Amino acid sequence: MEPIVVQAEGLSVGYPKRIVQRSLSFCLRSGTMACLLGANGVGKSTLLRTLCGAQPALEGNVKVMDKPLGNYSSAGLSRVVGVVLTDKTFAGGLTVRELVALGRQPHTGFWGRLHRHDNQIIDEMLQRTGIERKQHCHVAELSDGERQKAMIAKALVQEVPLIILDEPTAFLDVVSRIEIMTLLQTLAHEQHKAILLSTHDVEQALLTADELWLMSEEGITCGDTHQLLDRHGMDGLFAHQGIVFDYDHLRYAKPTTL
Amino acid sequence: MQKTKTYGIALTLLVVLLAGSCLLFGSADIPCSEVIGILAGRTPTNESWAFIVLQSRLPQTLTALLCGASLSVAGLMLQTVFNNPLADPSILGISSGANLGVAFVLLAGGGMTSFVTTLSAAFVGAMLVLGVILLLSGFIKSNVMLLIAGIMIGYLISSAISLLNFLATSEGVHSFIIWGMGNFGGVDVERLPWYSVVCLVGLLMAVSMVKPLNALLLGQRYAENLGVNLRLTRSLLLLATGLLTAVTTAFCGPVSFIGLAVPHVARLLLGSSNHQVLMPITMLCGSAVALLCNLICMIPADGGMIPLNVVTPMFGAPVVLFVIMNQKKIQHFN
Repeated sequence: MEPIVVQAEGLSVGYPKRIVQRSLSFCLRSGTMACLLGANGVGKSTLLRTLCGAQPALEGNVKVMDKPLGNYSSAGLSRVVGVVLTDKTFAGGLTVRELVALGRQPHTGFWGRLHRHDNQIIDEMLQRTGIERKQHCHVAELSDGERQKAMIAKALVQEVPLIILDEPTAFLDVVSRIEIMTLLQTLAHEQHKAILLSTHDVEQALLTADELWLMSEEGITCGDTHQLLDRHGMDGLFAHQGIVFDYDHLRYAKPTTL
Repeated sequence: MQKTKTYGIALTLLVVLLAGSCLLFGSADIPCSEVIGILAGRTPTNESWAFIVLQSRLPQTLTALLCGASLSVAGLMLQTVFNNPLADPSILGISSGANLGVAFVLLAGGGMTSFVTTLSAAFVGAMLVLGVILLLSGFIKSNVMLLIAGIMIGYLISSAISLLNFLATSEGVHSFIIWGMGNFGGVDVERLPWYSVVCLVGLLMAVSMVKPLNALLLGQRYAENLGVNLRLTRSLLLLATGLLTAVTTAFCGPVSFIGLAVPHVARLLLGSSNHQVLMPITMLCGSAVALLCNLICMIPADGGMIPLNVVTPMFGAPVVLFVIMNQKKIQHFN
């Protein structure tokens, strides 16, 4: 069995004056791609931010690679967790290769000089993400899908066991959505990465994710995608909004439209 | 990389050429061979020429060279830290902060102050405004609003300076007005080593921040995930910016537009916002522009000089307008 990369027990996330989710317990193993699904405002991004160390956990334990998250220095954390965010970047004037190379920063020295080993990893990940042809183009010239691939390549060259992506397919067209999700699934399996991403794209999540993490106001339900479907475990996700899962067509819908 | 080398060599030659011109041309007509002889340590035919070259032109040239590099690098760092292409020490009110410090000591001292007092006052003023801007940037997320906040701080400080002027002696006001017009001739030979050391310390700090500056191009959260200690990095970057703005403002006056426009010129030349190449090219461009402005200031051959702040906007404003009008086409905005 693959080793556990991230494990949480009794975790509460949110802000000092407002707890968003409490008593969450889950674990994610390497070689697994998990999709975090849930309505807007339920706490998906808060959980992801907590797991990448951008905001502190309010209660409970989170361990990444068997070490409590709070015990990592910022430099140490950059070697175990890589992120792909929806934040606006200002890197249009960098080439794709320069952008991807930024992912080597946790491993390079004071001046950030790249050695042969670093360049080999950059070459490999540019190729794996399918953007090696664009490596000398400016980031400004890329389509949204290509930009996302470049950011994924950046997280890959970081050589981290855990990659967290916050809505990586938001704003993308259908083709790019399918490409990105399939790419992430392949990377999880071939590179033995633990990949956790939030998405609203239920269809692609069902097709590509090894695990689904369903987050509602009641908490989080984690499970193998097929097992969740088999035991009709998808219903609780949007129950408050009166939306149920249609197991015949594998989609969420209002009961009247079924 | 090849492009960077070519521009690096070309700009270095340009800086040398312009520095040479600044040494050769001036209100006194000194033959070229005499200037070279004086710099090489030979005794000139006219004793006063040695004084002009060594006591006036040489410090003025070095001051312009360092001031251009310092202000440009300060602008570059601010633009990256605030992810704002229109940030620079004068727009964000940091120069005004330094102005207030200088105004305070100049007007209180009746026009006479020491190097350390002026520099410290300018530094305290610049850092105070930087602190306020940093605090405001926590609340104001919009880049344009932050710039407006900076401009408002500038106005507030101007009114404080006006009040100080109103209360000061006429000698103090006179020297403050002259200083405010900008001038590379304000650093004499005795002060030059100190001025140079402070500039070089600031520039070295900037160069040492190239790696985190590149990470900051991805925004704060990405930078943090790449192991950048945000609080420390921001503090060091703002300290370097404050130091560079303070030392240049204290001795050359509030020089406008160089910090704003030169980083854009460097980015447009290179077609890159990678600080590993952008930082040295920005320094060279800044030095070249400042030396050129210094030469233009000396055009009136009758011994007078055009104030520096008459010349710098003529260069800077068109660059900024060009950049704003073409922002959709310029890579580093997208």
